[in-house]
Amino acid sequence: MSVARFWRKQINRYNIVGTHCKTCDTHYYPPRNVCPKCRRDGDIEAYKFAGPGNVVTYTIIHTAAEGFEMQAPYALAIIELDEGPRFTSQVVCDPKEVSIGMRVKPVFRKLGESGDKGMIYYGTKYVPDNDRN
Amino acid sequence: MRDVAIIGVKNTNFGEMWDRSFRDIVVEAGVGAIEDSGISGEKLDGMYVGNMSGGQFVEQEHIGALIADYSGLSLDLHIPSTRVEAACASGGLAFRQAVMAVASGHEDLVMAAGVEKMTDVSSTAASAALAAAADREWEGIMGATFPGLYAMIAKMHMHQYGTTSEQLAAVAVKNHQNGSMNPIAQYKNRITIDNVLNSIMVADPLHIFDCSPITDGASALVLAPADIAHEYTDTPIYVKATAQASDTIALHDRRDITTLDASVSAGKRAYEMAKMTPADIDLVEVHDCFTIAEICAIEDLGFVKKGLGGKMTEDGETAIGGKIPVNTSGGLKSCGHPVGATGIKQLVEVTQQLRGDSGPRQVDGAEVGMTHNVGGSGATAVVNILSRKR
Repeated sequence: MSVARFWRKQINRYNIVGTHCKTCDTHYYPPRNVCPKCRRDGDIEAYKFAGPGNVVTYTIIHTAAEGFEMQAPYALAIIELDEGPRFTSQVVCDPKEVSIGMRVKPVFRKLGESGDKGMIYYGTKYVPDNDRN
Repeated sequence: MRDVAIIGVKNTNFGEMWDRSFRDIVVEAGVGAIEDSGISGEKLDGMYVGNMSGGQFVEQEHIGALIADYSGLSLDLHIPSTRVEAACASGGLAFRQAVMAVASGHEDLVMAAGVEKMTDVSSTAASAALAAAADREWEGIMGATFPGLYAMIAKMHMHQYGTTSEQLAAVAVKNHQNGSMNPIAQYKNRITIDNVLNSIMVADPLHIFDCSPITDGASALVLAPADIAHEYTDTPIYVKATAQASDTIALHDRRDITTLDASVSAGKRAYEMAKMTPADIDLVEVHDCFTIAEICAIEDLGFVKKGLGGKMTEDGETAIGGKIPVNTSGGLKSCGHPVGATGIKQLVEVTQQLRGDSGPRQVDGAEVGMTHNVGGSGATAVVNILSRKR
């Protein structure tokens, strides 16, 4: 991913900042500039999410995506934030611990890099919230 | 709108074709379809070519022009040729564009083709190219792979409905059984449930034998207005419906993880257009890019209640001779999955079945067939219904 393409969404990835439609009170993460429910009647504002959520579904990836070989096996999951929106992230723990419905909380982690001399991507991954499981 | 018929079809062999180029295979399919139709190439009014990613697989864009040129339809004739893209549903979309061109009366004799040449790059590069069918910025960046996305669908299906790994494996076993009778299939070997369960894990719960392969191949067909189809062939196959639907690009935004709403919606539109129900369909080619995808497809298209697709497969109801034969070609799993060609290959298979030309894998008395082609993890779906009777 190019530097500009990553940089544009840096605040969203680092801080779990998405959007909120004031018209229908729906939250979006990843952010959307057009509310799919209200479209032109929507009124979108930036929204910072609290962070914690639940695992909706997951998989343990053994054949890694390009650039993720060193991480395999890794747990990829769809996370539902407490405010409602769902997005894709990794759950960082022993993959055997991951289960559908488990509580997770965000952590700031390296996502990847553009080769030895390229930029390093950071963003939000998840870990089990052991106080609440 | 005019009724439309398929008057000629051709699939190349599917497989790893080191000695043949992108343009070689698509020209073979196109020439074969024209020969099968009995028309002469210069009579074509237009061409629509499905291709997912010539840019990433062979560093070639401007696919429409290339194919018209190497088919001998550019110099002197200047026949218009349009490339159509919707990831793995590119072929299905090319067909729909071609049908609409003929139905509208804008064009008469039209070719719909599909092609992908995937083995000129490493399997890692091919996987990265395929990952572009998902949301690059919000799925790919987190390490999502295509098997990974469908694995998350499978995990949820197992959790909600009790679907088992054995039931997933039964899809692959059945499709290899069918593919073993298809001369163009990439894998003609039969496999067992144990073969699938003992193959390496790609993305839990999907093993490598739950996944369709990387394939080179091309397919083509020729369409004509139904009113003149008999001038060219004794067995025109009529297009009763062609429907397309969209859904969210990312799996995480879907209404329900285990339902491809685009498949449901395209299916409903197709049934309405054809004035048919699932009970009218004699066979169906569905988009089994992964075994779980076939289970979701037969549920989403209304052949079985949501959650029971695994059991239906395990019980043999989707085999040739069963209640609704699914993927008589061997499907994407055994026949192979050259992504841009797959949607057209499905239509070629159903056309041959309805003509009664399918040899040992023939479905007895097949009158009506359906195809179902999916892009990405379900963001695009195309459903077509073909019939022997107008």
